[in-house]
Amino acid sequence: MASTAGTAPVAVDAKPDTGRRRGRTGYLLILPGLAWLVLFFVIPFYSLIATSLYDPNGSDFRGYDMTYHIQNYWTAIQEYWSPLLRSLAYGAIATLLCLVLGYVLAYAIAFKAGRWKNLMLVLVIAPFFTSFLVRTLSWKLILADDGFVVDLLQTVHLLGEDGRLLATPVAVVAGLTYNFLPFMVLPLFASVDKIDPRLIEASHDLYASSFVGFWKVTWPLSLPGVVSGTLLTFIPAVGDYINAQLLGSPNQRMIGSVIQSQFTDANNYPIAAALSMILMVLILVMVLVYVRRAGTEELL
Amino acid sequence: MSQVAETASPPAGDTTYDGLRLRGVTKSFGAFTAVRDLDLDVPRGSFFALLGPSGCGKTTTLRMVAGLETPTSGSITLAGDDITYAKPYRRPVNTVFQNYALFPHLDIHENIAFGLKRRKVADVDTRVREMLDLVELETQARKRPAQLSGGQQQRVALARALINEPEVLLLDEPLGALDLKLRRAMQIELKRIQTEVGLTFVHVTHDQEEAMTMADTVAVMNRGVIEQMGAPEELYENPHTTFVANFLGQSNLVEGAIKGRGGDVVTVDMHGIDVSIPAARSHAAGDRGWIGIRPEKVLIGDPGEDLDAPGNSIPGGVVTDVSFVGVSTQYLVRMPWGQELQVFQQNTGHRRLYRTGEAVELSWRPEYAFLLDISQDASAGAEQED
Amino acid sequence: MGALRAEARNRSDPGMRWVREHLVLILGILVLIYTFIPIFVVVLMSFNDPASRNVYRFDGFTLDNWTNFCGAEGMCDALWKSIQIGILATLASTILGTLAAFALVRWEFTFRSTTNLLIFLPMAAPEIVLGSSLLALFVSAGFAGQLGFWTILIAHIMFCLSFVVVTVRSRLAGMSDTLEQAAADLYANPRQTFWRVTFPLVFPGILGAALLSFSLSFDDFIITNLNAGTTTTFPMYVWGAAQRGVPMQVNVVGTLMFAVSVLIVVGAELNHRRRVRALA
Repeated sequence: MASTAGTAPVAVDAKPDTGRRRGRTGYLLILPGLAWLVLFFVIPFYSLIATSLYDPNGSDFRGYDMTYHIQNYWTAIQEYWSPLLRSLAYGAIATLLCLVLGYVLAYAIAFKAGRWKNLMLVLVIAPFFTSFLVRTLSWKLILADDGFVVDLLQTVHLLGEDGRLLATPVAVVAGLTYNFLPFMVLPLFASVDKIDPRLIEASHDLYASSFVGFWKVTWPLSLPGVVSGTLLTFIPAVGDYINAQLLGSPNQRMIGSVIQSQFTDANNYPIAAALSMILMVLILVMVLVYVRRAGTEELL
Repeated sequence: MSQVAETASPPAGDTTYDGLRLRGVTKSFGAFTAVRDLDLDVPRGSFFALLGPSGCGKTTTLRMVAGLETPTSGSITLAGDDITYAKPYRRPVNTVFQNYALFPHLDIHENIAFGLKRRKVADVDTRVREMLDLVELETQARKRPAQLSGGQQQRVALARALINEPEVLLLDEPLGALDLKLRRAMQIELKRIQTEVGLTFVHVTHDQEEAMTMADTVAVMNRGVIEQMGAPEELYENPHTTFVANFLGQSNLVEGAIKGRGGDVVTVDMHGIDVSIPAARSHAAGDRGWIGIRPEKVLIGDPGEDLDAPGNSIPGGVVTDVSFVGVSTQYLVRMPWGQELQVFQQNTGHRRLYRTGEAVELSWRPEYAFLLDISQDASAGAEQED
Repeated sequence: MGALRAEARNRSDPGMRWVREHLVLILGILVLIYTFIPIFVVVLMSFNDPASRNVYRFDGFTLDNWTNFCGAEGMCDALWKSIQIGILATLASTILGTLAAFALVRWEFTFRSTTNLLIFLPMAAPEIVLGSSLLALFVSAGFAGQLGFWTILIAHIMFCLSFVVVTVRSRLAGMSDTLEQAAADLYANPRQTFWRVTFPLVFPGILGAALLSFSLSFDDFIITNLNAGTTTTFPMYVWGAAQRGVPMQVNVVGTLMFAVSVLIVVGAELNHRRRVRALA
């Protein structure tokens, strides 16, 4: 008999290789796309770093010259720390609201919609096919001072006589929540839909109440969707300035707006670039901490 | 080293062999060797089964014949032609895949016609219709695979391969996804079709019953090598290794000391009782061995009773477990040396049932026993449930 | 047991019980209604006859906005520019992305994880950062004066590319390669295998990626606004109009976008169902 014992690792299933071919064709196929990303994503990122470290007292702006003028970052933080923090706060609140609304919706579609599942899924995405800006303008109309929402809130005295919604943080956060909801619902749905309903039944069989069953079975199983949904919502929400600009006032100014105007109106490229970098780093740090706490690093 | 039982292996250079021939085939995936120095001859027109537990290398062997894997070393010839490195689409071999691999975007007719169209064969439609007729799916021609039942999909997969009239048809666990009843029906169906078309079938399975019902020749594979090869009844009655003894049906294996090899008979001392085993059924070298006996070959009787089994009679047993299964009763009997032996007794009505705790005597005819090498693991192949 | 207890508690009041059982569904539908509120307003306003350009409210019904679609100054030009950019960006990113997806799923690579990271990052970075990096590059390279159609297109291809790769890749990865092996076993050479088996099966994924690309490109504002120079796309036109007073035709565009997208999605779903049912 063969002397197999001990020498060869005995696999449960003799799995053939991944089926991936080797050779030059693969590199040829990926090269154009990769080149595009290197040219217009990686190199620009280097330009951004270089620009952010450019000494504004230098004569002519040329960008590629690294002058390591770290001072730009201090200036940027000193001048614009409040819109920065505000952006992170608005983004976080909007993400949390999205999570609540999105979870209800995803759960209802996955488990309660029955044969209407596909229809409901289409309905979730449908409103977001309309232009982002047109949608947001529409909210401006709804929340307007003479609109029915404000009237209603004033009638029930939730809002004072002169109270308004437009140009308040409420309107901005509401706008962000609305506009980024699909980024939350879709990954959540993908995750929740995979859960075998028999697991929830089993939890009830094992004496878990509806709430405990949800908390101990459904929620942990949906965590991958929760993590990717919150990331997909939080990141663009923090960088967005359309909602703040259209629904808010200068008091609700977000960092994206500052960066945009520093670039195009003030022509202050180094500060704008530094702000971009700070935003990127802040988001990166928050995401890493969050992902580590959620314990799902393999998601990234 | 592999064992090719009972077949004298002609040299590899011989091109007169008209069947499928593997010589010294090895396939490694990194550190794992799936198939090890395999020699195999599959005669033309035979129904050949490769039987073994999952991970034994049988599917890898099949995929090498199909051209979906390339051997690390060795050669594969088909009717004298070397096809070791031929592309899968250039060899006259077709496969019925494990989960059928029917093209979901094509209908049944198009699925079956696929191979003929690639080879630009004339009169595709007529032949597809004939094939649909053979597998009794004439009415389903324009349906998509997803609209058919498992058994129907299985027949489409078979038709899609058969229509090409390959030199060898490979079947990779073709019935694995079907339920038991359908599986039995399809086994008979497959056997009928094979006889009808007369092609060489190589069938990979982990189901020993399936292999034994359908194949003329069964090769039992384990850990990348063929343990034993032969006709089903020969493998069952005269296993050469403990793996085969346990994997095909069940066996009682009792340790014994070989006292003498005289003429046609080997005498073994089994815990103080001399038992004799025909030399042709002895596969043990050295001075010790495993005495093997199938449970249904063991007779059970009262102590001192004269059972119809001259030769090996073993007193001093105590029944420890009784399972009544209708056609038979299965006993576990504890022997004086502490081992429990299995006994299956047909419920013919001529013999009484024993109860747990009763003293009994066991007996078997010497010609049913076999002797295996002591260096082998007595439980090899025993855990397999399917 | 929990269910039993709940049932016992609610048996007295069938109305309460119904609400309890359907609570999640009711809440879900409420959220769904919430997402549609602005759409109702957009559709409504597309029929609005505004009393004054500066007051944004419903004053009266008219079909003028629909019949005199291009009456809003500059809107149709901006719209046409967005469509052109959208189509070109979709074509380019779909081709580049599909090739890359095939390479990633079917070929072995030395820098697989780096490549995956490179594809993932543009989707994870905030738009404002992507836009400002590109602007920094264009300015550094001396193209500050040439910002316009082509720089917008470059940017759009860049951010659509990753989404195409991800979409097509998941479709490809979900497709077992035994189908391709079966084709090879049935005498199809690699070219035939690709065109008769692989491509038809991946096509829905490619189509979906293309539609996604178009809508991403068509709707982008933040990146575009930084790299547009004097060129105006439709979202930029709306942005500008929001400061001056929004012409009601903008709502017609919004309504049309909604209607066309819903038609595409519903059409695809009906087509799928019909194909399943027709031969059942």
